[in-house]
Amino acid sequence: MAELKYYIIRRILTFLPTLIGLTLITFVVSMLVPGNPARLWAGGIKASPEVIEAVKKRYHLDEPLYMQYYYYLRNLLRGDLGVSPLTHRPVITDIMSYFPATVELAIFAELLVILMGIPLGIISALKRDSVIDHAVRVFSLIGVSVPVFWLGLMLQWLFYYYLGWLPAGGRGPAPPRIYTKLYVLDSLLCGRWDLFWSNVAHIILPAFTLAYIGVGMVARVTRSSVLDVLSSDFVIFLNVKGLSRLSVLRHVIKNALVPIVTILGLEFGGLLGGAVITETIFFWPGIGRYAVQGINSLDFPAIMGVTVLIGLIYIIVNLAVDLLYAVIDPRVRL
Amino acid sequence: MKPLQSSRIGQYLERNRAKIEEWKLTLKVLLRSPSAVCGLVLVLLFLFMAVFGPYISPSDPYKIDFAKRLRPPSSGNPFGTDEYGRDLLSRVLHGARVSLIVGIVTLAICVPVGVVLGLIAGYFGGVVDEVIMRVTDIFLAFPALVLAMALSVAMGSGLMTVMIALAVVWWPAYVRITRGQVLSVRENLFIEAAKAMGISDFWIIARHILPNVLSPIIVIATMDMGAVILTAAALSFIGLGAQPPTPEWGRLVADGQPYFPECWWYVFFPGIAIFLTVLGFNLLGDGIRDALDPKIRRRLEFKSAEGESQ
Repeated sequence: MAELKYYIIRRILTFLPTLIGLTLITFVVSMLVPGNPARLWAGGIKASPEVIEAVKKRYHLDEPLYMQYYYYLRNLLRGDLGVSPLTHRPVITDIMSYFPATVELAIFAELLVILMGIPLGIISALKRDSVIDHAVRVFSLIGVSVPVFWLGLMLQWLFYYYLGWLPAGGRGPAPPRIYTKLYVLDSLLCGRWDLFWSNVAHIILPAFTLAYIGVGMVARVTRSSVLDVLSSDFVIFLNVKGLSRLSVLRHVIKNALVPIVTILGLEFGGLLGGAVITETIFFWPGIGRYAVQGINSLDFPAIMGVTVLIGLIYIIVNLAVDLLYAVIDPRVRL
Repeated sequence: MKPLQSSRIGQYLERNRAKIEEWKLTLKVLLRSPSAVCGLVLVLLFLFMAVFGPYISPSDPYKIDFAKRLRPPSSGNPFGTDEYGRDLLSRVLHGARVSLIVGIVTLAICVPVGVVLGLIAGYFGGVVDEVIMRVTDIFLAFPALVLAMALSVAMGSGLMTVMIALAVVWWPAYVRITRGQVLSVRENLFIEAAKAMGISDFWIIARHILPNVLSPIIVIATMDMGAVILTAAALSFIGLGAQPPTPEWGRLVADGQPYFPECWWYVFFPGIAIFLTVLGFNLLGDGIRDALDPKIRRRLEFKSAEGESQ
């Protein structure tokens, strides 16, 4: 177990430089903003020189770059992401109010990725070159080729306008009591089944759109991973030993899951990026839609706030995945 | 003069006979796969549209005619018209060129940068490798679309901005692939022999390592051509990149969204154009990978020899 401890410590230590690198990139990007940032924050060209001076001083724009980075980092640590020139509220307050919707959507999408991608991959590996195998291949090929925004609109047309089964967009009704800010879960906690179903109906289309690429990707990786394990010596041994098909399969899946865990982490990044598009199409009130609205109104602090947050979530998820990987696969620790 | 030249070509062909045979074989294997041929056809169609689109388009993509506002597809406007009465087919045809330029410029920036850094990191190892890879990892710490979005906003709207932003988020992938390949090629005896002969590092990398790491890079670049076009379309969809009235496919879908689904054609045709183009590059990339994979190739070669003997 000592190796595991060392591995975890080492991995957490490499997390810190990544974190600093991430903030350096976002800092450099925010330096690229066209025009004078002070002028922008002070409300456009009309601001008087005195106001601009004051703003400059307040945001330390008159100091050298490394000091500006220091202040930037300090503000980040305090959770200060600046004030949105559009809503005149701190960006962190705005993000906090939109964030739960994104978390709920991401959880649902990730669940769909796992619950659809892994079984589809296992089936296509076991029934190699069958109709299902080819269908899964086409499915994942479409996933990497289709524009998410277009797919979302087509699904909206099919399930809302044509079939009338699901709502076009927006988040479901809020339950009477808020515990976790995740409406689906809160409806259950309130014991309101009607609200629960309504919330599920609202989330299913955006979640599926968001999950689509990931399902195909995970199915492909699962397929090749299962095929790898199936041809390994120990599986041949288990078969020779005369184990039933089902118990052999159990061993195969347990061993095949290891590379799938890594791909789940990588795919989560695509999911966060995709949320920006998906939320826009389905009017989902999350941070992705908040950022896109920021683009049209040049609300730069809002966009950078969302970028930092998404980058942060992504590296934390990948850290967690690596640690999980070390726990389930002893070879990594060495 | 002429006979000398042709004899030179003859000499060249003679000297590289094995290499040329290999390429011929690769092409043959590629053309045997139906999905690769499908991909090739889609890619050629896209290239044709991008090059000749403006000459074959039925009307001016910028010509506004309010009398023909939001018309469904008809013989005069096969793809219908938009809210300004502009012919959608012409706009989609012109859009192909925009997508092609974005794809080529982005890859022309990030592939050389990534490959050179990957070669350096993999060949020299040590501190150089460590530094290059850590910087690469940091760039990989962002979902590509999100960083590209922030960069495009920061640098101001426009097509050039989007291309730079995409190049900035795309190069690290090439460092990784190249480095991995170099690490395995480096262990070969012929590299050791070249070093023993005192050949310079630059020459070893350029003549002996680079040619041996190129094939996976070609495969990834082919697929990335699709992926870049897709991401650029997504950025245009959220209002970055090409500005109106430039006909960009992602932008066209965004413009059509308010009229969806009543005017379905407005969203449908630009979207399907993106989809088929990206699909083409993915199928072609898959096919090239199989054709370059020695294991699969030998099997097919064997099969075709068998087929010919029958």
